[in-house]
Amino acid sequence: MKTTRPRSLRLRGFTTILLFLLPALVLFFGLVVAPILLAFYASVFKWNGMRGLPTDFIGMANFTRLLADEVFLGDLWHGALLIILSVVIQLPLSLGIAMLLNQRIYGRAFFRLLFFAPYMLSEAITAVLFMMILSPTDGLANYILGWFGIDQLDWFADPSTVMMSVFIVMTWKYFGFHMILYIAGRQGIPKELTEAAQIDGATGWNVFRYVTLPLLGPTIRISVFLSVIGAIQLFDLIWIITGGGPSHSSETMAVTMFQFGFKRFQVGYASAISVVMFLISLVFAVLYQRYVMRRDLEGASTVLRDQR
Amino acid sequence: MSANRHRQSPTSGGPLRSLSLHAIVVVTALFVGVPLLYGVLGGFKTTRQLSSNPIGLPSPWVPENYASILASGSFWRMLWNSTYIAVLTTVVVVAVSALAAYVFARFAFRGREALFTMFAAGLMFPFAVAILPLFVLLRMFGLLDNPLGVILPQAAFGMPMTIIILRGFFRAIPGEIEEAAILDGCSSFGFFWRILLPMARPAVATVSVLAVVNSWNQFMLPLVVFSDDSLFTIPLGVQQFQGQYATDVARVMAYIVVAMLPALGFYAVAERQLVSGLTAGAIKG
Repeated sequence: MKTTRPRSLRLRGFTTILLFLLPALVLFFGLVVAPILLAFYASVFKWNGMRGLPTDFIGMANFTRLLADEVFLGDLWHGALLIILSVVIQLPLSLGIAMLLNQRIYGRAFFRLLFFAPYMLSEAITAVLFMMILSPTDGLANYILGWFGIDQLDWFADPSTVMMSVFIVMTWKYFGFHMILYIAGRQGIPKELTEAAQIDGATGWNVFRYVTLPLLGPTIRISVFLSVIGAIQLFDLIWIITGGGPSHSSETMAVTMFQFGFKRFQVGYASAISVVMFLISLVFAVLYQRYVMRRDLEGASTVLRDQR
Repeated sequence: MSANRHRQSPTSGGPLRSLSLHAIVVVTALFVGVPLLYGVLGGFKTTRQLSSNPIGLPSPWVPENYASILASGSFWRMLWNSTYIAVLTTVVVVAVSALAAYVFARFAFRGREALFTMFAAGLMFPFAVAILPLFVLLRMFGLLDNPLGVILPQAAFGMPMTIIILRGFFRAIPGEIEEAAILDGCSSFGFFWRILLPMARPAVATVSVLAVVNSWNQFMLPLVVFSDDSLFTIPLGVQQFQGQYATDVARVMAYIVVAMLPALGFYAVAERQLVSGLTAGAIKG
């Protein structure tokens, strides 16, 4: 009895596993894995994307062209700039607001609701809203700057301010999302720990610096991770507001890829950009998980092992 | 005295401190709220009013911008397109992922972790990476200008997050329940359908809300799949409307405010599921 039951279970298991996994495998291989493989394949051809498969093999030429292209190097710089700004300005802002809203502040439920609301709006709506607010001619922002006697800015129309403007819009839309993550992380910290520190005489700042902040580590690392992945793939906002301009000064990898792939019909070259985006995401994710989130994941994998 | 100050908990600072904390929150609230309010009020102005009086209340109030949008068939058609695409995406992604998550949570077999890791890795690869070859594939399958060309890829790219969250939840359901059900003659699918899914209702609600929001806000995929504007979803409609009426700022403003309402309404209804989904997804992903 004891020996037959697991075996019959296993047999029953095998067909069930197959049947239950089949739809997921078909969908995932057909529409996630296959496109990525196709991008790798197309990236070594010169191809205008017309029907059928590419035939004009050119080896690594697309990649050497890419790495010598100033527009693409600009894309990398813009992505890096947005990541730096997010980590240095946006995430600390989210963290600070999350800590404030964790205290007894009048109307905090309302503030939490308000700050998260922009995350719900599509990037398309956000983009159009800010095109009007940051309009150089009669936008709200210039009007308000006028109160303080500050000169009118050209915002998205000026290569020297366009990235700053994009970052303002991203912060408006996304800081509430990170705030929500931090609030959830903060609520997961047992009250006893902060209380114990207070009883030992720690100031509010010291409690934050030596108790709360370290315990928020996993949440912060996830939040940075999501910011970086988000910056690598940034498309909708830029495409609608500037299309990458003026003169490529706000272009991102996704925008360049889209330009070449869907407007100029250099699909081979655009595929090479896709491949580079894929590799950057992959390398970043692997290194980040290996070196930065190692401790968080170790916890998770011990849990896995226990349950196995 | 100073020792006393140190004892104070951060929640009970002096009036000055509390005032400055409130000031920071209020400034942030203005940063977030003013653009929204500007849009809502701007929609009630004429474009000329808007440039002479950007901040104040409209005088007179002009309801025509909103009225003409609500009276136009194209807005309602886009609302319908966005809605059924979101609903069908959600049904497909939740059904397919729940079956897979069940297997990953409750069956032991060789290669399970490798397979699961492969799905989970999909989390890192957004549309932008795959959009071009995806377009080529969809064209091959004849799915361009077809809602399925948006629904199926959205479901496929939504699977990693959905599987991760559901698997975590399915695991937490005790094995004794499954054993009891099977001893009572329940098949695997019967257990999944009649016991596991109903028990996991909160998790299913959470992943469904995430799927709806992601589909609702998706821009890049419908942008390349739909060229026929009778199939357009709201984000595409917003971009198109902005292009058509770029000079009539007040009208565009009214349009985006109307376009915001369904998402904000959904947020009001499903806030809890949304927040728990985002935090669970971020922490487990």
